[in-house]
Amino acid sequence: MAGRLGMVEMGAIAVTVNGVLRAAEVETRVHLADFLRHGLGLTGTHLGCEHGVCGACTVLVDGVSVRSCLMLAVQCQGRRVETVEGLAAADGTLHALQAALGAHHGLQCGYCTPGVLMTLVELQRELGGRPATEAEIRDRLSGHLCRCTGYQGMVDAALQVLGAPDDVPKTA
Amino acid sequence: MMSPKGPQSGGFSRLEDDALLRGRGRFVDDIALPGMLHAAFVRSPHAHARLLGIDAEAARLLPGVHAVYTYADLRPLMTGDRIGLALPSGYLRFHVDPYPLVKDEACYVGEPIAVVIACSRHVAEDGANLVEVELEPLPAVVDIDAGVQDEAAKARLDCPGNVVARTQLRYGDAEAAFADAPCVIRERFRLHKGGGHSIEGRGLIASFDAASDLLTAWNSTQMPHRCRTILSDMLGLAEHQIRVVAPDVGGGFGPKAVFHPEELVIAAAALLLGAPVKWIEDRFESFLAAVGERDQSWEIEVALEADGRLRGVRGVVRHDHGACTPYGLAIPYNSATNLINTYMLPAIDVDVVWCLTNMVPTSSTRGAGRPQGTFVIERMLDLAARRLGLDRAEIRRRNLIPAARMPYSVPIRMRDGSSMTYDSGDYPQCQARAMAEADWDGFAARRAASAAAGRLRGIGIGNYVELTGRGPFESVTVRIGPSGKVMVATGATSQGQSTQTTLARIVADILRVDIGRVHVSCGDTATSPLGVGAFASRQTVTAGNSATEAARHVAKKALEIASVLMEASVEDLELDGGAVRLKGVPQMKRELGELARAVNGSIGFPLPGGIAAGLFASSDFQVQGTPFANGCHVAEVEVDPATCQVEIKRYTVVHDCGTVLNPTVVDGQVIGGVVHGIGAALYEWMRFDAAGQPLTVTYADYLLPSADVVPRIAVHHLQSPSPLNPLGVKGAGEGGTIGAPAAIASAVEHALEGLGVTIRDLPITPSRLSAAIQAGGRTLRALRLPGDGGEARHG
Repeated sequence: MAGRLGMVEMGAIAVTVNGVLRAAEVETRVHLADFLRHGLGLTGTHLGCEHGVCGACTVLVDGVSVRSCLMLAVQCQGRRVETVEGLAAADGTLHALQAALGAHHGLQCGYCTPGVLMTLVELQRELGGRPATEAEIRDRLSGHLCRCTGYQGMVDAALQVLGAPDDVPKTA
Repeated sequence: MMSPKGPQSGGFSRLEDDALLRGRGRFVDDIALPGMLHAAFVRSPHAHARLLGIDAEAARLLPGVHAVYTYADLRPLMTGDRIGLALPSGYLRFHVDPYPLVKDEACYVGEPIAVVIACSRHVAEDGANLVEVELEPLPAVVDIDAGVQDEAAKARLDCPGNVVARTQLRYGDAEAAFADAPCVIRERFRLHKGGGHSIEGRGLIASFDAASDLLTAWNSTQMPHRCRTILSDMLGLAEHQIRVVAPDVGGGFGPKAVFHPEELVIAAAALLLGAPVKWIEDRFESFLAAVGERDQSWEIEVALEADGRLRGVRGVVRHDHGACTPYGLAIPYNSATNLINTYMLPAIDVDVVWCLTNMVPTSSTRGAGRPQGTFVIERMLDLAARRLGLDRAEIRRRNLIPAARMPYSVPIRMRDGSSMTYDSGDYPQCQARAMAEADWDGFAARRAASAAAGRLRGIGIGNYVELTGRGPFESVTVRIGPSGKVMVATGATSQGQSTQTTLARIVADILRVDIGRVHVSCGDTATSPLGVGAFASRQTVTAGNSATEAARHVAKKALEIASVLMEASVEDLELDGGAVRLKGVPQMKRELGELARAVNGSIGFPLPGGIAAGLFASSDFQVQGTPFANGCHVAEVEVDPATCQVEIKRYTVVHDCGTVLNPTVVDGQVIGGVVHGIGAALYEWMRFDAAGQPLTVTYADYLLPSADVVPRIAVHHLQSPSPLNPLGVKGAGEGGTIGAPAAIASAVEHALEGLGVTIRDLPITPSRLSAAIQAGGRTLRALRLPGDGGEARHG
C-alpha cells in the first residue's frame, strides 16, 4: 500500500497522446485511464469496470488496443497513445466510423462508444482494405459491453465502413 | 450537447451524438471543480451484523484525508434518522427505510458504514482501508422461501418478521374456476432477474456555494427532482437552496431512479467541509450496493378448459425485497398483473409476498417485474399445450383478447383508482404477424438442418403487455428568445433514450424550425422547476405530449404577435423556416427572434397589442390512464447436446407502441430491451452464498450479453394509437425485455422436446440444462442425432 504511510511513489513519463508529446509526473499506481482523464483532461476515455472486461476504456498504445484500466500510466513511457479525441480530422470532420455509428444509431447513452470506436479503428487498420464479415465484427466487438443498443446498430455501422459493399445494413 | 456543425446530414441523426462521438460528452466523472475532494466508502463485509464500534483515528491522521464521517457525525445535519424513500403503499407492514450510514446494525454486504473524504480517490481509499470497524455477525436471511417462515432468523432486528409487505391480486371466482376444471397445471418457478448494469456506474459531485446559498449536485440519476426533494427533506433546506443536475448519464435501466444513501452522504459531506466532494461508484461497489432485481419464487396453478381456454390462475409469488425499501413495491405486483398478459383470464387469486433479506435492496430494472410474470403465464400455456395436445401458438390464439374488445378492462384497481384497462391493440394480429415474419411454418426444415449438424433446434413464442407512460405528468417549457433559438426545458431525463432528439423533433416540427435551432435541457431542476423523470417507459407519453401542447401554444402566440406587427390577420400568416410569413408572400416575414424581442419588452413601452410578456409556454400534460404497449416475440435456438450451450439463431419481434414517432429510435429501444431480456434468460445471475456474501462481483463472473452471442433481431411494428393522449403514443423502453425470457425458454424447451425437460428457472444456464436433461431420465441417444431430421415436428 504505497499511500498508507504517505510514501507515494512518483514517476516521470513522456508519452505521445494523439500526436502531442506530454510530459508528466504521475503516481506510479495511477492507471492509464485515470492519467488520461484526470491528468490530461481527456475525459473521452471512460471507465466501466476497472477490471478489464467491459472495454469502455479501450485506447490504442503503439497502435494496439489496450484496456487503459489495466495498464499503469508509467508503463506508457515513450509510447504512442491514441484516444477517441484524436479520431476526428483537424477540421472537425468525423472519422468514417464515428459518422457511421451516429447514422446507424450505434450509440444511445454513448458511454461505451469511445472504447468501441478505438477497437473498430484497430480492426480497420488490420484489415488494410479487406472487407470484414459480420461474424468478424461481432467477435471483435465481443470485448465491449453495451447495455443500451443490443449491438445491432454498432455492427451495422461497422459493416458499412468495414464490410463488403453488398453488406449494406438495412438501417443505412 | 448541440453539434457545432449540426446533426449529420441525411438519414438518421440525433442531437446527442456529435459530442458523444467525439469524446466530448459530459458525464459526472468528467466534471472537475476547483478544490474538489474525493470520497471512498467503508462498507459492511457482513450480510448481517451488529455494529459495535468504529475507530477512524488512523484514517483521520493519514496525510491528504480531510474527514471521516460516521452516522453519528452526519445525524446532526439530518431532519431524521432514516431516509424517507418508501412510496406510499397500503401493503407495507412496516417501514424499513435505509439509514444514510449504518447506525447500529448492518443489513447487507456493501451497506455504507463510513465515508472518507480526501484529496484524491486513491488517498480516500487508502484512508478507508485504515478505518477499523468492529462488527458482531448475526444470522443472515438469504432464501425467500425459508425467510417467510415463522421460525426464520430476522433480517432486521427491529422488525417483527421478514414479511415486510403482502397483498392479494384477486378478481373473479378462482375457487370455482378450479373446482371442476378439466385441466389443472401446477408448477414452481425460481426466477432470477439481474441488475441494471449501466456501463457508467452511479456517482455524484455535491458542491455548496455559500455566496449564492446553493447546494448543487451533479448526479448520475434518472430522477433529479426526486433527488432534490429527498435532499431537501433530509437536510432541512428549501428547494431554492438545492439544484440537482443530471448531466450526460451513461445508462440507467432502473437503479438510477432510486435515491441511494451515498447521495445524501456526499451532499452532507460537501456542506460540512464547504468544498465540492465527488464520489464515483466503482464496479465492485456497484455489484455490492446498487439496487437491482433478484429472486422470485412462484407456486402457481392454472385451470383450463379442455380446449385450452383459461379459467383461472392462483398461487403465490414471494419476492426478495432485500434489506430495506429503497423505492416502491412495484416489482412482484407488476409480475402478478402481467399474469393476465394478453389473455382473457376470468379469475385470478395470487398472493404477493415481499420478504426482507440480508442482501442489497431490490428495485426495478428494465421490465420491472413484468418479464417474470410474463414468463410464468407463458410457460404455463406451453405446459398446458403439451398436456392438452395443442399447438403452442394455437392455445395462445384461443385466449388472446380480440381487437374488437378494446379497450379491455380488468377488474384490478390502479394507483389512480381506475380499473386496469388495455387501451388499444390487436393481439391476435400481432401474434399472427410475428409467426409469419419468423417463418414459423418453415421451422421444420431448419430443425432438420440443425439435426443434421448434430444440434437440437427449437422455436418458441411469447406474448406480452407493458404498462407504460405512468403519470401523473411531465413538465415541458418551450421558450424562444431574441436570438431566435428555441429552448426546451423539461423534467424528463436522458440516459440514452434520445429524449433530447425526440422532444426537439416534436417542437421543431410544430414551430417549423430547423431542429438544429432547438436546445433541450433535460434533468436540471434549475431549468425545469417541476419534473418527474425517467421510469416506466413514460417520457414520450408524458413529456412528448407536454412538448406538443407547449409548442402549439408558442406557435399560436408567435402568430398573434406577428399579426400585430405585420398588421395582418392570423389566418393569413403561417410559420415556416424560423419565421412567421405572409401566406403566398413568404418574403414578408418576421423572424421568431424578432417576435420574441417584441414581447420581451422595451423599457417603458407597452407590449404590442396587449399581448402577454414572453414568447414561451409551459405544459404539464396529465396522463389519464396508462397506455399498454404489447408485442410478440418468436425465438429460435440451437442447443449443443454436448455442452448444453444455447445459441439464439433467429429472433423476431412484432411490437406495438401506438404511434411511432421515430422508427430508428424505437427499434433501438426494442433491440436493446430484447438483449437485456436475453441476459435475463441465459446469462445474468447475481449469486450469493448461504451467508449472504455476493459471489459474482466482476463481469467475468456475472455475464452480460456480448455482441458475439446476440443474434440479429428483426423488429416489426404494428401501430395501434393510444386513445389516451393526443400523440397516440405508448412507451417503448421495456417491452423488448418483457417478452424475451418467455420466448427463449419456450424455444429451449422445444429444442429438448422428448427429453422430459421443463424449464422452470432463470437464467437457463448450461449446467442447469444438463441437470434437467439428466433428471428427465432420457438419454440424448433417444434424439437420433445426427442426421435424422425426420422427427422435425413442432407444436
